[in-house]
Amino acid sequence: MTIQTMLALLAQSFTLTLAIFCLTLLGSLPLGLLVYFGKKSRFAPLRWLINMYISIMRGTPLMLQLMVVYYGPNLLLGITLPGNWRFTAVLVAFIINYAAYFAEIYRGGIESIPAGQYEAAAVLGYGSGKTFFRIILPQMVKRVVPPVTNEVITLVKDTSLASVIGIMEMFTRAKQIAVAPHSPGMLAFASAAVFYYVFNYLVAFLMSRLEKALDYYR
Amino acid sequence: MNILSMQNIRKSFADNEILKGISLSVDSGEVVSIIGPSGSGKSTLLRCATFLEMIDSGEICYMGKCAARTEAGGKAVYVPPRQLRAFRSCCGLVFQQFNLFPHYSVLKNLTDAPVQVLGCSREEAEARAMELLGKMGIADKAASYPCQLSGGQQQRVAIARALAMKPEILFFDEPTSALDPELTGEVLKVIRQLAEEKMTMVVVTHEMPFARAVSNRVIFMADGGIVEQGDPLAVFDDPQEERTRQFLRVFDR
Ligand SMILES: Nc1ncnc2c1ncn2[C@@H]1O[C@H](COP(=O)(O)OP(=O)(O)OP(=O)(O)O)[C@@H](O)[C@H]1O
Ligand SMILES: [Mg+2]
Repeated sequence: MTIQTMLALLAQSFTLTLAIFCLTLLGSLPLGLLVYFGKKSRFAPLRWLINMYISIMRGTPLMLQLMVVYYGPNLLLGITLPGNWRFTAVLVAFIINYAAYFAEIYRGGIESIPAGQYEAAAVLGYGSGKTFFRIILPQMVKRVVPPVTNEVITLVKDTSLASVIGIMEMFTRAKQIAVAPHSPGMLAFASAAVFYYVFNYLVAFLMSRLEKALDYYR
Repeated sequence: MNILSMQNIRKSFADNEILKGISLSVDSGEVVSIIGPSGSGKSTLLRCATFLEMIDSGEICYMGKCAARTEAGGKAVYVPPRQLRAFRSCCGLVFQQFNLFPHYSVLKNLTDAPVQVLGCSREEAEARAMELLGKMGIADKAASYPCQLSGGQQQRVAIARALAMKPEILFFDEPTSALDPELTGEVLKVIRQLAEEKMTMVVVTHEMPFARAVSNRVIFMADGGIVEQGDPLAVFDDPQEERTRQFLRVFDR
């Protein structure tokens, strides 16, 4: 296998890595907010449920969660799943896992906003919806950019865990190339590492731009 | 005309009774100063008047309409939330810590609530905001963000923000306590100007010369009740209660 072929194969599988990454963020960033609302709900059973969910998501390996989501419906419930379930399962597992972390990050951000902001809004006659979406949420976003950046960078690397259920993202492909006959061997892993590193460099750069863009107020 | 009437207000936090049946009535155009030692319940009284805290018993009425009154069981009952909003918008509160919205420009701080809460048009709200900023002497700061302003300027924005809602009455909770002495003057000046325009105001303050010069009435509070009240000159120069004398002596140095 030539190096060009190897790089082409890696680049091709990287699109799947990228898709997992983007779709996970697209799903988990908003879902995290819903989870936060659930955690703050006045309905106690919902609060317990959400707390249990967050604690399981944070307390067990993501790799295991991926396997449960992928194999679980069939093994536990006997459901036959469609052929494209593999990719869906990856997204479901990643989204519900990351949403749990984002919910906790949002909570930290929201709880760090001084009570005076709520009081000023209340005295001005804002209802609770407007107080949250106009006053609290924008300030929360600014406060959570650094911890969210950490999670996003972790996610880039975590996409490789999808390999455990055999989805052909970049890490799975690199493993496959490395063991193929006449393969470039370790070079496959080294190249994949470069892909991850450059991608993460880009992600970190974009997030720092976002942080700067929100620097117009304190 | 009577703007605010609070009768026999009781308020406890856990087992700790902070307001012990206090009554406060304010007429249109009146400027009332409230003085008193720390922990006497001054802030709590303002927070009850502006519905940030709910009273346990008593009666709160604005312009003859009751927002809360004690029913037969002895517990205060508030009007439904929708009606309570209308009461909220007839009173403004200026905080010690300003509590401006940091993510909004000065102009947006002044226009957001009128647009979002009162349903004013943006043009209308902006015109009024610019007028108020001009009056506060900070028209040039409309595009700035709160963090770019001095404390005195921030507090003047906060006063303008409260006025933008066209309140019937404005409460101030130690509006200058977070400010350096040289910035205190500029804030007191705008409050004095509002007093001249007959804005109805209740000011909790430790600025005795200001209370004496600007208010129509001074209330000395201690221990969740009113110890003495009356004409500022009478209260300051000839206090009737030992408690008042004792308190004022500290400021006479
Ligand atoms: N949310 C609360 N929970 C429990 N106790 C409270 C609460 N708010 C106020 N208190 C208590 O009520 C008492 C009166 O507080 P308040 O802030 O009304 O006093 P104050 O007269 O404004 O004092 P200061 O001059 O220091 O501002 C204090 O002892 C305070 O600890
Ligand atoms: Mg106070």
